[in-house]
Amino acid sequence: MTREYKRVAYYPGCALEETGHAYNRSTKEVGKALGLELVELKNWNCCGAMEVKNIDPKVETYLSARNLAIAAEMGFEVVMAPCNGCYHNLKKAEYDLAADPATRESVDRLSQRAGHKTYESGSVATIHALDWLKAAIGEEGLRRRIRNSLAGLKIANYYGCMYTRPRHIFPEKDKGPGSESTAKPHFMDDLLAAAGATCVEYPLKTACCGGAHTLSDSDTSTRLVLNLLEGAEVCGADVIATECPTCHTGLEIHQVRAEKVFGRKTRVKILYFTQLLGMALGLSARRVGVHENFSDSSDLLKARRLG
Amino acid sequence: MPIHEKSLIRPENLVTHERLVLEGVDVSGDWSTFIEPRVVTDYNENLQDEIAALPGGEFLHRCWQCGSCTNACTVNAINPDFNPRYWIYLVRLGMEEELLRDKDIIWQCVSCHKCTYACPRDVNPEGVMKATAHWLELKGLTERKPSMLFDEVFSEQVFATGKIEDGRVLRQFFAKTGQSLFQDWLVALVRSFVRRLPLGLMMRLGFAGVFRPRTKGWARSSAAIRDHVAERRAEERRALGLPAGGPEA
Repeated sequence: MTREYKRVAYYPGCALEETGHAYNRSTKEVGKALGLELVELKNWNCCGAMEVKNIDPKVETYLSARNLAIAAEMGFEVVMAPCNGCYHNLKKAEYDLAADPATRESVDRLSQRAGHKTYESGSVATIHALDWLKAAIGEEGLRRRIRNSLAGLKIANYYGCMYTRPRHIFPEKDKGPGSESTAKPHFMDDLLAAAGATCVEYPLKTACCGGAHTLSDSDTSTRLVLNLLEGAEVCGADVIATECPTCHTGLEIHQVRAEKVFGRKTRVKILYFTQLLGMALGLSARRVGVHENFSDSSDLLKARRLG
Repeated sequence: MPIHEKSLIRPENLVTHERLVLEGVDVSGDWSTFIEPRVVTDYNENLQDEIAALPGGEFLHRCWQCGSCTNACTVNAINPDFNPRYWIYLVRLGMEEELLRDKDIIWQCVSCHKCTYACPRDVNPEGVMKATAHWLELKGLTERKPSMLFDEVFSEQVFATGKIEDGRVLRQFFAKTGQSLFQDWLVALVRSFVRRLPLGLMMRLGFAGVFRPRTKGWARSSAAIRDHVAERRAEERRALGLPAGGPEA
């Protein structure tokens, strides 16, 4: 298990090339610092996201399956997707292709018309950046490599929706000790605790940030995010750790919007878990792209002598 | 969390009498409020079949009305009128008139999948919400909602180039919905971002704005996807008894 994660295919997805670039950068830097190799998929395409699913679910499955087919063609058995949306869609494609003959037929037909090999279901396993670090390095391995402990930093770990729901597309979760839980995920808590942080009890860890309607129904999203931010503060957190570019950017946008539109200010900082891990591994704040976040957490990092 | 249910007792269904004496007994006061009897005759017998013909609605028939979806629902917690269980009930019975009362909020589903996670019958309520919102628009019963416009702007970029560019999605969506790019929250966000001078990322974003990110050799995939979507659209319109073409064609 551990060895096959030393070198995996890497699917960054569209968001990580732009607004979520800090996540891309910090993921790669953490991998480098830990001696893990990421090989980016050649000529990948959008996973389909939620938007294409709403237009046509089978096209979404085709888009995700094309990426899985590329991973297989490059000789990989594992593809790592740090974005919750991409991760979710690749998992969903895997499930639908095995469970639904009509989807299988549509994807085969689309692949044939597009002139490339169709994806053979079950040939590539999709994992999240959390699965990757947890299995390839683990808490023990991480503890040994910590150079700048996060001791004293109180973190609310926020996983969002797409990492655990709906559960049927994640057959490896909820398998008892050691596996991830869909009701109360803990991989991010485990990793950041190993880096020395205090992970606060955060009941909203899988609540929704309204990312689907960040722009199309902004007031609803702002209300949902405000609840997450205020909830984290009530739980005593200094920072919300994220593992999805859509959630992360949504929290940043609506933290500002909540202040501007609803007059409700929150002070909790928002950082990718890979940025926190990277700084704990001794990387500078700039190396893990803290300056590329839309929100400013420099004062907290300075006060804590991080990065 | 308690299940908030929509009340069928609406102000227009209440009958009150100032003074009321029944068989010699004075029942004035609160006792004099009655509910108008309700007789429904205008069922739309095709409603369930039509929504089940749209993507996401396939498993509508499995619902046994336990209410787990509404109980788990993110949007219901902030708007009690957003009630997936009730809408599935109305669709199954064909009570179109009643469903239309909520036609302007059904699109607000945030696709958090809490309902799908909780559903003991694998109805996929999130899909039913999307299918119902789609049905309302295809039938012309509501105007096109912002989420549909957003999905179209986004998907169009994917179909055209294989990838999306965040900035372009934002600009096109704002243009399509007639909103200014200079919203004070967006300006504040960009100002705070630029102040920290992330030059590399700013160049990257600017570059992507000019040279759109794209998947190489995408033309054939693009054509295959467009054909597939056009075929599906035609099938959907047939299933809904609509003439070919329409606003989306």
